[in-house]
Amino acid sequence: MQASGGKTITIEPVTRVEGHGKVTILMDESGHVARARFHVVEFRGFERFIQGRPYWEMPVAVQRLCGICPVSHHLCAAKAVDRIVGGENLTPTAEKMRRLMHYGQTYQSHALHFFHLASPDLLFGFGSDVASRHVLGVAAMHPELARQGILMRKYGQEIIKATAGKKVHGTGAIPGGINKNLSLAERDELLADLDQNRAWSLAAVKIARDYTLAHIDTLAGFGSFPSNHVCLVRQDGAMDLYDGGLRAVDAEGQVIFDHVAPETYLDHIAEDVRPWSYMKFPFLKALGPENGWYRVGPLSRVSACDFIDTPLAEAERKVFKEVSGGKPSPVTMAYHWARMIELLHSVEKIDELLHDPDLQGEDLVVKGTRRSEGIAIVEAPRGTLFHHYRVNDDDQVVMANLIVSTTSNNEPMNRAVESVARQYLDGQTITEGLLNHIEVAIRAYDPCLSCATHALGQMPLAVELVDASGAVIDRRTRG
Amino acid sequence: MSEGPRFTLDGREIPLVPGQTVIEAADAAGIYIPRLCHKPGLEPFGSCRVCTVKANGRSVAACTYPASPGMIVESDTEEVNAHRKLLLEMLFVEGNHFCMSCEKSGNCELQALGYRFAISAPQLEFQFPVRDVDASHPDILIDHNRCILCARCVRASRDLDKKEVFGFVGRGPHKRIAVSSGTRLRDTDADVTDQAIDACPVGALLRKRVGFAVPVGRRLYDKVPIGGVPPAPEVPVSEEKRA
Repeated sequence: MQASGGKTITIEPVTRVEGHGKVTILMDESGHVARARFHVVEFRGFERFIQGRPYWEMPVAVQRLCGICPVSHHLCAAKAVDRIVGGENLTPTAEKMRRLMHYGQTYQSHALHFFHLASPDLLFGFGSDVASRHVLGVAAMHPELARQGILMRKYGQEIIKATAGKKVHGTGAIPGGINKNLSLAERDELLADLDQNRAWSLAAVKIARDYTLAHIDTLAGFGSFPSNHVCLVRQDGAMDLYDGGLRAVDAEGQVIFDHVAPETYLDHIAEDVRPWSYMKFPFLKALGPENGWYRVGPLSRVSACDFIDTPLAEAERKVFKEVSGGKPSPVTMAYHWARMIELLHSVEKIDELLHDPDLQGEDLVVKGTRRSEGIAIVEAPRGTLFHHYRVNDDDQVVMANLIVSTTSNNEPMNRAVESVARQYLDGQTITEGLLNHIEVAIRAYDPCLSCATHALGQMPLAVELVDASGAVIDRRTRG
Repeated sequence: MSEGPRFTLDGREIPLVPGQTVIEAADAAGIYIPRLCHKPGLEPFGSCRVCTVKANGRSVAACTYPASPGMIVESDTEEVNAHRKLLLEMLFVEGNHFCMSCEKSGNCELQALGYRFAISAPQLEFQFPVRDVDASHPDILIDHNRCILCARCVRASRDLDKKEVFGFVGRGPHKRIAVSSGTRLRDTDADVTDQAIDACPVGALLRKRVGFAVPVGRRLYDKVPIGGVPPAPEVPVSEEKRA
């Protein structure tokens, strides 16, 4: 459809991300990009329909938000419910089983994203033929790499099964602890494949590092920008994906706040609502909605932590930080490298845990003084995840608030899309090249749109080009 | 083979004791007839009809129908099992049975029968009724969403606990379990040790704060289907696919 004046471009659906997305590019009167918006067009309402349910169902109910990293929701809900039953000081066996589950899922989720979703862009180029730029194309051209990706994902899933009972949507974490330990047979089965997975992880980091360094000049100008970053860190500043205090740093790496207790997150983070998206826009209260937006996820964690407590990943982190001059990396595509550093960190932590005899302990659950509120944070594969519940005297949930990582990355993804659109929109039609480049920028964040709106369904992307009068003048979909 | 009265069940001659129902004689002979409202130790009720068999060509509830010498009973047949499957589907769609977050999952008789009869998704339309949860009791929860009106709690409370905490109100589609106080469970003399709670075959009556303490893989029907190993064509759903 053609209209006078400015116009809007819509890309719908966005492919190879988790969920349903749509991009609208708003043109001004002179035909230049005025704004770009990344919409998530799903709506679920988990926060509402879990009201009235008993609190002990939360870890198994809320994880149904997602089929990719349900363990994050399972563990975050369990940590929040720990506080409700007064069981937040877990036994060593319980905490280490949960951590093993978490590193297993981070490992499988990062492997899935890198090998199945992102590698076609990196191996074949952003503008290559879309007909073969997918995981099957990787399987045809790089069969060993595709095989590694599948087996690495499988390894992470086997860890989840050993700790949670099932590969997807298990029940391992319960209020105040865990419902099983790790048998020696399970441990030995996982140890048997450990060395191979460590070797594959090292190779995967190398692919991501080499790619980033070889294209750093291009990538620095591709949907990149300085930003604030938020993540959990351990008390000593180490990367910690399961627990810790909240840290926020600015684009220069200066601390905005540090070691914030999860229970006080509302003192530091608020959410803005905009009429055109089901997703909210979180921001740091200290900086306000205009300047307080921030990124989360691998880029932020690797950028903002003081160190990683496993040697191989720490060596990679140092190279990563050196490339960005010691500051947080502004390069959106460096998410892939950071993600692979975390993949390596995860397999190192799995190694550490599998050799820990506490995993065979029998003391699984603790309880203490009951509370009416539980708040918890974990670092999900895609970034910082908040769960907040209030319960009544009858043990029913009366309020739930979930801030998922993709929601925190909402504003950054919008900015990345706008930056790419300005660079690659040529004329008044949506070219294959534009579509490809926008998708690549969004995909770097590994967004989970189902989680972000707590939504349901598959994940196509649509792009619409809208003129200044609001008329749609071009539209392209893929899915 | 011992002497005494016998009847034929699916082509097998099995003994009976005078006064036994068909399901009692079958259980004594080690032959499983699917059931939901029937529970040994409780007075037969005959409401769910899942135990329907054909006795001398007539459809009857095996839990209430007396076994008699020489009768011919058909249970594990394509026709009878088709009826049972339809009944189970009706039970699934008329309530809100979300197995994924139900503590009873893996121990639930309705879910286990769903697997036994290979109900991957009901063919009937879901009713999504609006039902409430009574969480008022300090130790016991009633989730009406999952109630299948089997009356096991009614009978167990009356006959085993000697309390009569539970009863029915309403008729037809409006029938539901009510408590003796007329309003909330906390106002009755229900206790966490009552046998009525254990009598519930689904997740409608649960002890509070007991959530998923038994891991997946160690639950009642995780390894062996309800009623033992059913005939091969009826178990296409593996344990891996449990919700």
